[in-house]
Amino acid sequence: MALTGIQIFKLLPKTNCKECGVPTCLAFAMNLAAGKAELSACPYISDEARAQLAEASAPPIRPITMGEGENKLTVGGETVLFRHEKTFVNKTGIGVLITDAMAEADVASRIKQFTSLKYEWIGLILRAEMIAIKNVSGDAGKFEALARRVMAETDAIPVLMSDNVDAMKAALAVCASRLPLIYAATAQNFEAMAALAKEFKCPLVAKADDLNSLSELTDKIVAADVKDIVVDGGARTVKRVFEDMVFLRRAALTQKNRSLGFSPIVFTGEITSDPLKETIVAAMLIAKYAGIVILSDFQGESLFPLLVERLNIYTDPQRPMMMKEGIYPIGNPTEDSPVTITTNFALTYFIVSGEIEASRVPTWLLVMETEGLSVLTAWAAGKFVGDAMGIFIKKCGILDKIKHRKIIIPGYVASVSGDLEEELGPDWEVKIGPREAAHLSAFLKLEIAG
Amino acid sequence: MAFAIPKIDYTGKIKPITLGKGPKAVNLGQEDTYPFHLFEGTMPNLPKIAIEVYDIAPDEWAEAALEPYKDVVNDPVAWAKKAINEYGADMICLQLASTDPNSQDASPAQAAETTKKVASAIDVPVIVYGSANQEKDAEVLRKVAEECEGLNLILGPVQDLNYKQIGAGAIAYQHTASANTPIDINLAKQLNILLGNLGVQDDKLIIDPTTGGLGYGIEYSYSVVERIRIAALSQGDDRLQFPMICNLAKEVWKTKEAKTGDTDLMGKSSKRGIIMEAITAMLLLLAGADVLIMRHPDAIKVVREMISDLTA
Repeated sequence: MALTGIQIFKLLPKTNCKECGVPTCLAFAMNLAAGKAELSACPYISDEARAQLAEASAPPIRPITMGEGENKLTVGGETVLFRHEKTFVNKTGIGVLITDAMAEADVASRIKQFTSLKYEWIGLILRAEMIAIKNVSGDAGKFEALARRVMAETDAIPVLMSDNVDAMKAALAVCASRLPLIYAATAQNFEAMAALAKEFKCPLVAKADDLNSLSELTDKIVAADVKDIVVDGGARTVKRVFEDMVFLRRAALTQKNRSLGFSPIVFTGEITSDPLKETIVAAMLIAKYAGIVILSDFQGESLFPLLVERLNIYTDPQRPMMMKEGIYPIGNPTEDSPVTITTNFALTYFIVSGEIEASRVPTWLLVMETEGLSVLTAWAAGKFVGDAMGIFIKKCGILDKIKHRKIIIPGYVASVSGDLEEELGPDWEVKIGPREAAHLSAFLKLEIAG
Repeated sequence: MAFAIPKIDYTGKIKPITLGKGPKAVNLGQEDTYPFHLFEGTMPNLPKIAIEVYDIAPDEWAEAALEPYKDVVNDPVAWAKKAINEYGADMICLQLASTDPNSQDASPAQAAETTKKVASAIDVPVIVYGSANQEKDAEVLRKVAEECEGLNLILGPVQDLNYKQIGAGAIAYQHTASANTPIDINLAKQLNILLGNLGVQDDKLIIDPTTGGLGYGIEYSYSVVERIRIAALSQGDDRLQFPMICNLAKEVWKTKEAKTGDTDLMGKSSKRGIIMEAITAMLLLLAGADVLIMRHPDAIKVVREMISDLTA
């Protein structure tokens, strides 16, 4: 539970030595409580006090990092109920389930989809991170072989699912470098599973039938010295899963319940067998608080929308999504194709590029860095104005790609055309485009017609 | 630490409104809890789905979206009937696309005639949306209001520059106003106040906070809907305690991703748009939407199932 400034103050040396940079220990304590100072700034704090404070200042939902190399995933660490309050920080991990009793074709297709479905979107790569490997056969050898295959054929973070401690141990020995998630410790087997988690330094899922027994179980696992925990509260209906997600998030943040301050994992295939519905359940869980969602299967048409949703929900509301400044050729433009310019707010770019594409007129779209502001806002802020635009147009490299010297500017900034003409010089013609992107298509068609 | 359900106390409640008339009238509002938080409150009126009908045959629709309606796209009355009888629409949203000055620029009289024909032929409530050209909508919706007196329509989008004309029409002929602002809680509140001052009664007002589709601004809509609902229920903001409507289908289906054909990466075009529509709808429901304007029957079906499961 988070401490107040006064509670922290009691643990400090109270010497007012000023070495931390503030005049008094009380001021330092207040800064610590507000998250504005680091404990390490105090050179004289006792080890005992340090341990107490570290415990107290730990994040309400424990962050867990899994994976290796380029495919790393952190879940947990969230501090708000609603994204507008600050931001959701660690995106929901998305994975697909395979079992050691599945037909070879089903395993192969899931592994293929997992490795091939990667999307470039505003300069980011969107992809799934995890493969859950379930020991359904009861055969430890088959389970280990499947884990080995996932390690060899993918960079996935494995979720190892088995009740059999020996099977789990064998699979862990294969996957440990990727910090796989162990599924699962229950009231019956938690001692053995916790011992494996300690041995291999991997995170462990605590699984119970309801949140009350879950909180008892996590207490026992923590007492066994395993702290990297993910939870499964046992709910398997849409309503109960939704409620558990809200309960867990609120218990951690508003009740400061350390026993439930862990990120939840949900297997959507255990909630419904209808693929479309499963996708929408996953969509619900991305917005409402799941740390990890494992789907029974996914295809391009379902994974892509879920990945975009996840990006949208986990975008920092204070910081707009931005495009990289540069030249975006749309529809294979040539040296005679029209050139138009807009700002680097991602939504503006999406809408403008979508309309250009719809027009089927090959066009050069110049995207100018405006700190993610839209056209009118960037203009009002003095960032999307004639001289700045002129400098950008000249240095961005478009001159080498076109024969003509015509530039179409958004109708909303028609007033900058004078300054822009001055900056660009007499060779150039500045044309005023439509105000709304929706009318760009018609404008471009007219433009090339004559 | 043992588990106790972490409940919160609410200080507000959404105002009740009734749309349409007769046995198929739709009641909205009265929820006193965040969406589907039934462990700490009630949602007496579940969210409803309005199906879109266009007054002119749509061009450039994705094949998947057109398929269910291809036999009725040239007849708004037949289209509305099919949406109700086959796909179970709680309401119809008549999109007056023909009136857009950049399209056919159809006259207010023509639009009113179409509206009257559709609304008289069906018994569910009818939402009538103009082209979002403020000047044109002022004329069109004013005329629609007058010609359709007694049909209890929902007129929108009512915006900052035309709220007086459309609002006056709604008051005079007993329609509901759909107050539309550009994804901004303060502007939403301000327009509600202005419409109230004009004389629009609280039970004749619904908020349209503007909807962005998946990948195209859904995060802004999601958060503004969530913030409006929080202000209404937890901060007791009387001027935001109205049901909300989200005009989402056209935003989803106009995107490149919904229209792209089959590809290895993007999968099947016949399913992708449906999933994008249903995800957008799901997010808006979780945030606090009361009416979803939707298009594809499969997306509608799964969203209905989710509403029913979440309130089981």
